[in-house]
Amino acid sequence: MGKFTEDDLKKELETKEYEYGFYTDIESDTFPVGLNEDIVRAISLKKEEPQWMTDWRLEAFRSWQQMEEPEWANVTYKKPDFQNISYYSAPNKKAKYDSLDEVDPELLDTFNKLGISLDEQKKLAGVAVDIVMDSVSVATTFKSTLAKKGIIFCSISEAIKEHPELVKKYIGSVVPQKDNFYAALNSAVFSDGSFCYIPKGVRCPMELSTYFRINQAGTGQFERTLVIADEGSYVSYLEGCTAPMRDENQLHAAVVELIALDNAEIKYSTVQNWYPGGKDGKGGVFNFVTKRGLCEKNAKISWTQVETGSAVTWKYPSCVLKGDNSIGEFYSIAVTNNYQQADTGTKMIHLGKNTRSTIISKGISAGRSQNSYRGLVKISPRAENARNFSQCDSLLMGNNCGAHTFPYIEVSNKTAQIEHEATTSKIGEDQIFYCNQRGINTEKAIALIVNGFSKEVLNKLPMEFAVEAQKLLEISLEGSVG
Amino acid sequence: MNLKEKLISSFLAFEDYLEDDSPIHDLRNTAIKNFEVKGFPTKKDEAWKYTSLNSLLKEDLSVFPKQESAIDFKDVKKYFLHEIDTYKIVFVDGIYSSFLSSTTHEGMDICLLSAALSKDKYKPIIENYFNKVVKEDSLTSLNTAFAKEGAYIFIPKNKEVEKPVEIINFYTGSEAALMLQPRNLIIVGENAHIQIIERHQSLSTNAVLTNAVTELFCEKRSMVDYYKIQNDLPEASLIDNTYIKQERDSVCSLHTFSFGGKLTRNNLNFYQWGEHCNSILKGITILEEKQHVDHNTLVHHIAPNCESHQDYKGIFDDSSTGVFNGKILVEREAQKLDAFQQNNNILISDKATINSKPQLEIFADDVKCSHGCTIGQLDEDALFYLRSRGIGQKEARALLMYAFANNVLESVKIPELKKRINRLIARKIGVSLGFDL
Repeated sequence: MGKFTEDDLKKELETKEYEYGFYTDIESDTFPVGLNEDIVRAISLKKEEPQWMTDWRLEAFRSWQQMEEPEWANVTYKKPDFQNISYYSAPNKKAKYDSLDEVDPELLDTFNKLGISLDEQKKLAGVAVDIVMDSVSVATTFKSTLAKKGIIFCSISEAIKEHPELVKKYIGSVVPQKDNFYAALNSAVFSDGSFCYIPKGVRCPMELSTYFRINQAGTGQFERTLVIADEGSYVSYLEGCTAPMRDENQLHAAVVELIALDNAEIKYSTVQNWYPGGKDGKGGVFNFVTKRGLCEKNAKISWTQVETGSAVTWKYPSCVLKGDNSIGEFYSIAVTNNYQQADTGTKMIHLGKNTRSTIISKGISAGRSQNSYRGLVKISPRAENARNFSQCDSLLMGNNCGAHTFPYIEVSNKTAQIEHEATTSKIGEDQIFYCNQRGINTEKAIALIVNGFSKEVLNKLPMEFAVEAQKLLEISLEGSVG
Repeated sequence: MNLKEKLISSFLAFEDYLEDDSPIHDLRNTAIKNFEVKGFPTKKDEAWKYTSLNSLLKEDLSVFPKQESAIDFKDVKKYFLHEIDTYKIVFVDGIYSSFLSSTTHEGMDICLLSAALSKDKYKPIIENYFNKVVKEDSLTSLNTAFAKEGAYIFIPKNKEVEKPVEIINFYTGSEAALMLQPRNLIIVGENAHIQIIERHQSLSTNAVLTNAVTELFCEKRSMVDYYKIQNDLPEASLIDNTYIKQERDSVCSLHTFSFGGKLTRNNLNFYQWGEHCNSILKGITILEEKQHVDHNTLVHHIAPNCESHQDYKGIFDDSSTGVFNGKILVEREAQKLDAFQQNNNILISDKATINSKPQLEIFADDVKCSHGCTIGQLDEDALFYLRSRGIGQKEARALLMYAFANNVLESVKIPELKKRINRLIARKIGVSLGFDL
C-alpha cells in the first residue's frame, strides 16, 4: 500500500470544495443598490413599520454617516463599497405556510441539501425552526406549542407589529444604534431577524433555532436578533448558517441583543459555516457581527460558538454583568483555513458584585489563515469579588498561518480574581505516531486530536449542534499536518 | 508655545551650536522631521492606550539647562552601589560629571557618547551601530534628534568586565522643570561579559521628564546583565526606550525595579537575530499614591531555536496604576522556540488599577509559547497561617509580598545590589523583616 504522506493530505484538503456551495434560484424582490435616507424609509415602509421604528432607523443612519469604518482589527480585506450593495431582498412568495407542503419545493430542496430536514427536526429533535432565507421568515414551526406557554418566537418585523411595547423597550438597549460602525449600519437597514420573549418563570421546553442563509447575489444580510428572558426564565437558542458559493464578497453585519432579567438564563449557540472563499482567497463572506448580552441580578448568559466559515470574521459576543451574582460564559472554537481571517473573542464587563465569567477559546489555524483572539475583561471599581478565568489555546497547522492573542485585562477593584492563560502549540509528532502505530491513519489521527483539543467547547453545545459542529471541524480542518 | 513647538524650535538652535561635521547630522534632521510628523503619542495610539502623557507635557519644561551644577559625592553616595568598586558614568542635569565618574579606556571603552561622536577613531563604530536597532517612533526620534550625551560602552571580544558599570543620571533641580534626553550606546563584543546598573535620580522636588534611549548590541556568545532601578521622587517622570539586538548564543537578562517616580514608561524591545539566543525580562513593580508605571515589552523572535522568559510582578497600593503590555512576536523562521510570559499582580487598595495586555503574535508552527496573567489578593489562608504562629498582621503581609516578588529577586546576580533592592522593598512595604532573601 502506498504511503499516505502529508503532501497527499494537503492536496486532498486543498481540493476539497465547499460542500454547501450551490445557489438556489428563487425570484427575489430586490431593492436598487445604494444607501440613503430614502432607502432606509423604503425598507421601513416595505416592512409596514410604525413611525417610531422608521425614526429609530433614521437616527441610526444619520449617526452611521458620521462614523468611520474601524481598522483596529487584525484583519486585512478590501473594504466593501456600501453604495454598491442592495439593502433589501426577500424571497418572492411571501405567504406564510402552515404546512411544509405549501413551501416552495426549491426552497425545501435547499434545506435538504444542507441537511436541515424540517420534518425530521420536528419529529426527532423537537426544534422549532424559524428559517430566515434572505431576510424574511418563510416558515415557523411549533409556534402553537410555544404560544401555549406564552413564549413569543417570531420574526422581528412581526414583533414590531404585534409586540411593539416589548421591542420598543428593549431594542437598542444593549447595543445602542451608535455603538459601532456596523451596529449603526445594521440598525438603519436591518431587514429581518428573530425575536424571542420568554415570560416570567417559564422554562422554554425546546431549543429555539434559526437558520440563516444568505442567498441572493450581492445582497448584504443585516439580521437583527432580540432575545428577552424575563425573570426566572430559561431559553436555549441556536443559530446556524451556511451560504452558497459566490465569488464576490458578501457582507453580513448582524446585531444580536440578549437580555436576561433577574434569575433568567440564556444559552446562545452558534455554528457559523458561511462560504470562506476559495482556496486562492477569492470571495467569501465578510462577517462583522455585534453580539452582546445584558445580565441582571443572578442572571446567566452563555455564548457558545463554532466559527468555521467566512473569509473575514470580526465578532465579539460580550456579556455586561450588571446585576449582582450574574454569570457570563464564552466558549469558542474558531477554525481558519486557506486565506480565512478571524479576529474574534469576547468582552466581559463586570459591574455587579460577585459576578463571575469564564472564557474558553480555542483557535485552530491552517493553510495561510490568520486567527486572532481579542478579549476584554473589565472589572469596574464597584464590582466586588468578581472572578474571571480565561483560557485561550491556539493550534497551528503548517508554517504559513498565524495565531495571535490580544487579551485586555483592566481591573480597578482589589477583590477581583483574574486568571488568564494562553498557549500556542502544534500537533505533536509523537501524538500522531502513537495513533499511526495503533492503525489510525494520519487524517483520522488529526481529527481525533483536534476533537480532543476542542472538546471543552464542543461539550457545551446542544446535542444536535454538537454533531453538526464535529462534522464541520472535519470538513474545514482534517489534515494540514504541521 | 506647547512643548512640541518648543522642541522643534530649540532644535534649530541646537543644530547651530553643534559642529556641522557630526557623523549623525543627517540622522538628527531626519529624526526631528519624523517627530514633527508624529508628535507625542496620545491615548488613541494602541501602545499608549493606558498611559497619558498629557499631565507631563503641560509643564513648562526647559529643553536645555541654563547652568552647570555641581554636587558633592557625600550627598549622593547613597545612590551608588558604594559597597563595591564599580565603573561609574555619571551625568548631572544631562552633563557629564568627571568628578563623580570613574571611566576607562584600558582594553575597553567605558566612557561618553559625546566623545565617541566627536573623535574620528570611533567613526566606524558610530556608523555601524548608532541608531541601528531603534524603532522610528516619535519619542525615540525625539531623542535621536537631541542625542549628544550619554554612556558609551564598547567591550571587545573575549573580555570579561571585572566590575559592574553604573550609569547614573542626576537631576539637581536647577530649572523649575527640565526635560532630559540621555542616549546610551552599548556594544558587547563576542564572548564578552558585562553587568550594568542604570539609575535616574532626581535630587529636588522640581519636575523632570527624562526621555532616555539605550541601544544595546549583544554579539555572539556575549552575556549581559542589565539592571534598571527606578526609585525616583514623586515629581520625576521617565520614559525609557531600550533596544536590544542579540546575535547567536547570546544571553541578555534585564531586570526592572520600579518603586518610584510619577510616571514611568518602559519600552523594552528585544530583537533576536541569531540562533540559540536567550532573553530574560524580569520586573518588580511596587507602587503607592498616584504613581503610574507602564511596562511595554516586545520580544521579536526572528531566528530559530531561541528562548525568551518574561516575569513581571506588581503590587499596587493607594490609587496607583500599573500597566503591562507585553508582546511576543514570532516570525515564520523562528521555529523550535520556547517563549514564556508571565504577569502577576496584587491589588492592595480599592482605588488601585491594573491594566494588563499580554499579547502573542505567532507565525511559526513548531513553537512553545505561553503566557499567563493573574490579578488577585494575598491569600487569606496563608495570612491566617502566619498569624496563628504569632507573626503580626503587617509582618505577615510583608512576608507574603516578599515571597511573591522573590523569584524575580533571586535572579539578581550582584549580591550587594540584591541586598540594596531588598532594603528598598522593605522600606516600600514599611517593615523590616531582619533577613535577606
